[in-house]
Amino acid sequence: MHFIVFFFLVQYAFSAMKATDRLARWDSFFKYARFYSFGLLAIYYIARQPDMYTWVWNLSLLALLWIFYKEDDFRDIRSTAQSILPFVGISMLSDTFELIFPKFHAKYDEIFGMTILFAWIFCFVIWFYARKQQKVLMQEREDRLREEKLAQEQKLSLEYLVAERTQELTQQKEELQKAIEELKATQNQLIQSEKMASLGELTAGIAHEIQNPLNFVNNFSEVSVELCQELEEEIDKVDISDEDKDYIKGIIGDLSQNQQKITHHGKRADSIVKGMLQHSRASSGEKEPVDVNALADEYMRLAYHGLRAKDKEFNAALTTDFDASIGTVNVLPQDLGRVFLNLFTNAFYAVAEKKRKLTEAGQLGDYKPEVKISTKKFDNKLYIRVSDNGIGMPDHVKAKIFQPFFTTKPTGQGTGLGLSMSYDIITNGHGGVLEVDTIEGEKTEFRLTIPIS
Amino acid sequence: MKILVVDDEEDVKSLFEQKFRREIRGGQFEFSFAFSGEEALAFMQNHPSEVVMILSDINMPGMSGIELLKRIRADHPAAPPQVMMITAYGDSANHDQAMQLGADDFLTKPVNFNELKEKLLSIL
Repeated sequence: MHFIVFFFLVQYAFSAMKATDRLARWDSFFKYARFYSFGLLAIYYIARQPDMYTWVWNLSLLALLWIFYKEDDFRDIRSTAQSILPFVGISMLSDTFELIFPKFHAKYDEIFGMTILFAWIFCFVIWFYARKQQKVLMQEREDRLREEKLAQEQKLSLEYLVAERTQELTQQKEELQKAIEELKATQNQLIQSEKMASLGELTAGIAHEIQNPLNFVNNFSEVSVELCQELEEEIDKVDISDEDKDYIKGIIGDLSQNQQKITHHGKRADSIVKGMLQHSRASSGEKEPVDVNALADEYMRLAYHGLRAKDKEFNAALTTDFDASIGTVNVLPQDLGRVFLNLFTNAFYAVAEKKRKLTEAGQLGDYKPEVKISTKKFDNKLYIRVSDNGIGMPDHVKAKIFQPFFTTKPTGQGTGLGLSMSYDIITNGHGGVLEVDTIEGEKTEFRLTIPIS
Repeated sequence: MKILVVDDEEDVKSLFEQKFRREIRGGQFEFSFAFSGEEALAFMQNHPSEVVMILSDINMPGMSGIELLKRIRADHPAAPPQVMMITAYGDSANHDQAMQLGADDFLTKPVNFNELKEKLLSIL
């Protein structure tokens, strides 16, 4: 009876420990406890069932209980293990009575036996119940583990999803940022072109207003010159002294000269006004297929010889890099020609200036003026570059070169309308882009991009 | 030859008178001036069949040169005067419209007086 209680108690503790992670530490303890119980049982039978043996069992059980109470690892089974106390207590009480009052014990032997039996059954009922509860707990724990595992999996998949989304969002953010930058660039371009357009309109408006009064100035001064000539002829017919005649003729001569000056400067103003009017004038003519390479070459030579005619000393290397695959492109030939003329004239001016400055400083060295043109057709766009190794431009000049009337040339040598008009022709006339790159004192490069429709 | 010049700029009068001084003195041309389209029509009304040639600006306040041209062609079908239009806007739209409405010639400002003189003399 005691053996069964002992054995099952060990067994119960073992199975309870198995559910936790503390089994390894107590593995050998359970092994020895089992051997001990079998050993005691074997000795009991070998010793022919001595009466005092129940003491050994009871003390062993108490020792076991004591271990369970001492070690924290067993706290889960303490309450269940307590159920052996009544059994052990009654068993010991019965033995004590048997020892001290044998008669009394013998008289109530049956009652003691019954009580011990009940206590013994009570142990097993409690254990059975505890086992059942433990099973339920185990079940619950397993369920919880399964749920945890499921939750873990869900968490993993969620994390994966989150990572994926984060990446998507980052990508979107980058794309948006790029889009914003592009928008900003476009906005700047729009502002710039809008500014240029309104300046162009203003210029044309001013020109219109000036043209009529200027016409009168020119016409009247011209007619005054004629009148002076007539007056000079008439004076000969009048009979006055030669001295007076010469004096009057002198005055007439001065008047005539003044009128000629007025005409001369009026014509100068007129040519500026004409230049301004070209801004607004709806493009002269239709787009037509043009060999752009030939056009560029023609105007390059035109600009070169134009400068040579004024300055015999001038010399520059003309380098051409034409893309022969361009063929003909639909452009406004006269307008584009004007752009080429402006760009080349400026390029030649820049190299001539640099040469002049270097010569003045006595540092000419091996400077070789060079003006380059290159053309390229790529992805339905025509790329043209006009570059020179001339004086270049500082930033504050570069910022203004496309504005009407901005010029760095001395008075009378430039109207400041060439690049402004070129800009207008390329952007509005051809839907293209005109940009400039320059390093002061080293070089300038104009880049034209024209879409080919 | 009687020529009517229509222009809202009054200085045109002295300019023409000085430019054509010799021709006027020689009796080749006789200039009259009107400073608006309305004035020009009134002048035509008062001097029927006298004006041989009309030089008119297009861009004038009130009645424009184009309008004037229309009225002249409508009101004076008999003995029609020659009409030359003058404008500062040398664009093809203006030119085409004027020619379509029956203008005989089209000049752009600034007027080249030597050219104009030759044209007038050839008509004479």
